Amino acid sequence: MATAKSNISIVGERNASPSPGRTTSGANSVSASDLASTRRRVVDAQNISLTFETADGRVDALSNVNLQVAEGDFVSFIGPSGCGKTTMLRVIADLQQPSSGSLLVNGMTAEQARLARAYGYVFQAPALFPWRTIEKNLKLPLEIMGYTEFEQQQRVERYLAMVNLTGFERKFPWQLSGGMQQRVSIARALSFDPALLLMDEPFGALDEIVRDHLNEQLLHLWKSTGKTVLFVTHSIPEAVFLSTKIVVMSPRPGRIIDIIDCDFPVDRSVEIRETPEFLKVAQRVRNGLRAGHSYDE
Amino acid sequence: MYQRKLSLGFVLATCAIALAFFLSPAPQSSPLLARPLAAGFCAGAALLFLLAAWLADARSILPGLLGAFASGTASLLLLHDPAVAGAASGGFWAIVIACWLSGALGVINLANIRRLRGERQRVVNIAIPLLFGATVFYLWEVGVRGFGVSPVLLPSPSAAAARFAASLPILAGDFVQTFIRGVLIGYVIGCGSGLLVAILAQRFDFLGRGLLPLGNFFSALPLVGIAPIMVMWFGFDWPSKAAVVVLITFFPMSVNAIAGLAAAGHIERDLMRSYAASHSQSLTKLYLPAALPFIFNALKINATLALIGAIVAEFFGTPTQGIGFRISTEAGRMALDMVWAEIALAALAGMAFYGFVTLAERATTFWHPSYRT
Amino acid sequence: MTSSALALPARTSRPWAQHPLVARYAPVLTMIAALIAIWYVAAIAMNWSLVRDGFEREETPYTTLDILSGTMDAERPLLPSPHQIVNAFIDGVFGYPPLAPRSLIYHSLVTLSATLLGFVLGALFGIALALMIVHSRVLERSLLPWIICSQMVPVLALAPIFIVALGALGLHGLLPKSIISAYLCFFPIAIGMVKGLTSPDPLQLELMRTWSATPRQVLWKLRWPASVPYLFASLKVAVSISLVGAIVAELPTGAEAGIGARLLSGSYYGQSIQLWAALVAAAVLASGLIGIVDLIEQSVARRMGAH
Repeated sequence: MATAKSNISIVGERNASPSPGRTTSGANSVSASDLASTRRRVVDAQNISLTFETADGRVDALSNVNLQVAEGDFVSFIGPSGCGKTTMLRVIADLQQPSSGSLLVNGMTAEQARLARAYGYVFQAPALFPWRTIEKNLKLPLEIMGYTEFEQQQRVERYLAMVNLTGFERKFPWQLSGGMQQRVSIARALSFDPALLLMDEPFGALDEIVRDHLNEQLLHLWKSTGKTVLFVTHSIPEAVFLSTKIVVMSPRPGRIIDIIDCDFPVDRSVEIRETPEFLKVAQRVRNGLRAGHSYDE
Repeated sequence: MYQRKLSLGFVLATCAIALAFFLSPAPQSSPLLARPLAAGFCAGAALLFLLAAWLADARSILPGLLGAFASGTASLLLLHDPAVAGAASGGFWAIVIACWLSGALGVINLANIRRLRGERQRVVNIAIPLLFGATVFYLWEVGVRGFGVSPVLLPSPSAAAARFAASLPILAGDFVQTFIRGVLIGYVIGCGSGLLVAILAQRFDFLGRGLLPLGNFFSALPLVGIAPIMVMWFGFDWPSKAAVVVLITFFPMSVNAIAGLAAAGHIERDLMRSYAASHSQSLTKLYLPAALPFIFNALKINATLALIGAIVAEFFGTPTQGIGFRISTEAGRMALDMVWAEIALAALAGMAFYGFVTLAERATTFWHPSYRT
Repeated sequence: MTSSALALPARTSRPWAQHPLVARYAPVLTMIAALIAIWYVAAIAMNWSLVRDGFEREETPYTTLDILSGTMDAERPLLPSPHQIVNAFIDGVFGYPPLAPRSLIYHSLVTLSATLLGFVLGALFGIALALMIVHSRVLERSLLPWIICSQMVPVLALAPIFIVALGALGLHGLLPKSIISAYLCFFPIAIGMVKGLTSPDPLQLELMRTWSATPRQVLWKLRWPASVPYLFASLKVAVSISLVGAIVAELPTGAEAGIGARLLSGSYYGQSIQLWAALVAAAVLASGLIGIVDLIEQSVARRMGAH
């Protein structure tokens, strides 16, 4: 059953215990919460629940989840399998409908947001079409959304450059490595300039070294485009490294255990993973996971 | 070990040739030595076999094959003698055995080559079945002519080929009637409507779930039996044959296309949903390209079925033209060489049709994993 | 994974429509009902002019209703209505003693015997050929391309030759027909079995090598069990081809017995109802044979651990 901690949600109310990751030097004590309250709310979820029937009875995939995401945030969802993090992402994307609760994305219902192409989704697998070249794969959403040929070409060039894959336009997906394919997938999600980027364990299938490299690239991308990113992962270092906010979830029923604000220096590299501040935040995440019985059978 | 067997084989072939010099090719006919040309070829073959036996590895392929060619030519020359043809005995068959043995050894030798790469390997890969087939055709030829098998029972390949060459106008007319009019038109209509129905079945789930079991059921039925009914409806000429082909090709195409349209992965479908793509956009950009391997599978199956259907439909009645018509009437007349010529025509048409579809498949589904392994 | 599950509201509003039996059979039954309805309409449409001309010739007064009922019960209709076919079929099956020349059972048995004999011969030969090909590299590279090529050739067109040639040798009746059936079905079985016998994962073959298994042991313990699904798939194809072969084999010599013979005579004498009844008999035979192979397959699969 839900513990008392599970419904803490509003952005900024975590001031009570300053998070170890936050740099609170005197001059810069404009707290994130003040900034947050002036930023637009991109996602506003109230009491989202999702239940479905299986052969073994009812499963509460999501149970009274409350979440607000402000513009420009990088929010990670972390938890074990079955905690509902992917489900929450899919509900926001209108790929699944909640059983109850209200959800506003960019001020509209989830379905309206989807029809208005408000977000780009990056899946666990690159999901590139093998019969299209990289160039044509990037043009896929643009064709569907009715951009002109000229615009399509421009965007392809721009976003391929952004993921450092200029020159690969005529190649086919199977000629690229897994990491490169996933970068193409990210470029494709950005190509039509959505306000929101939803990413479901995009680096899960890649090895550690490639993953580190791509983490840095993603960070750089986020800073230069200023998009709001919702990122699902099961890797604690990845979540702590990338996010401004970490949402720790636990299963049975799927709910939020803790929301941790995170504020590392903007030009960080993977080396900060060994710093004490980083390890403190990671420890807090792990405590949240234990509290949610994520490490039990 | 393998080399010993190779040597042994070629030595046996040499012995067979030697035997041919002693036995006479046919009762009451002049011996081999009295025929300079044939004897010359046999001697040459024997020498080449000895060379191959001595080399006994991959290098023996060339002398072995040349020897096979020489002894084969010798036996064919012998067959020109009316005393030999139809009543061949020991001396003749010894040469045939030598030729067959060396041909088989050539096949075995080629098949055991492992180290080639690229272009040369491809040449060898084609050479092996071709050599095997050539040996079979050779045996057929000398067997029929040497034993004097009645042409009613089994004509020789050369007789069939001669008849083929002599009957080109008739064959061309049959080809147009059966293939161009019956097969092609029926194939296009049948496959096209099968695909259309599959697209509708994907759109309307209820239709799909009802159609798939029925489609599977009808694919298994002997649909050629529908031919006489089509004759009753469309008359004797090619439309009834085209109608049979339409029916035969419809079901495999619709069953395969329905499976193909369901083949697009969940993630790709979610992707299209996230783009708020319309159903026709999803169809043309995702479902149809993903279904192409299945569609081509059906196109290949249908290529064969269509030809069979058209020919068999003609067994039930047709005006004076058509491959099936010619086969059944010439068979009734016991003119089996014409029948084989028609079968050769049907075989060529079938292989060309299938090859064409395969080429198209390779061009459009080059991206499929099965081509990349 | 939760991603493919649907989120259902707590109460379903139309429980009967979600019932598994209904969901499974409703579409097919609807489709069949629609087909029968279309058939009736087509029968009326196609037989209309025939029936009307019949009335005109006999100079009897007629109304539209007369024509309507006439189209559904014509003697030599262009398209018999479903009940006519069903009646003719039942009549053919139950109306005559099983071995009488007009009984559909008699003709079915004739064709069935040729089919089964050909099927068994073809299956044995095809499996033997596949075993040889898998164990001999030479055969695989020389013979297999020809077998694959032969699939593109209209093999059924060879039927008349066989009949004539074997007839000249003095063989009539059951044997030539079964030889044709055997010839037709041994190709798909050979190809299917080759695919099946070579289907085991290279990892599993390597495992057998680490145990120094002899080729015979590899065959019995690995290749043969792995090929069972392929075997049954090709057996189903082969049994229907064998039936087609037996039917077609009855055509060239104008045989007197067998389903092919019934089709031929129905076609010659314009007896369309008889034709359709024979077709239904062929369909029943085909689905029966495939059904039996399927049942055997399912019991074998269950014993081999499928669920």
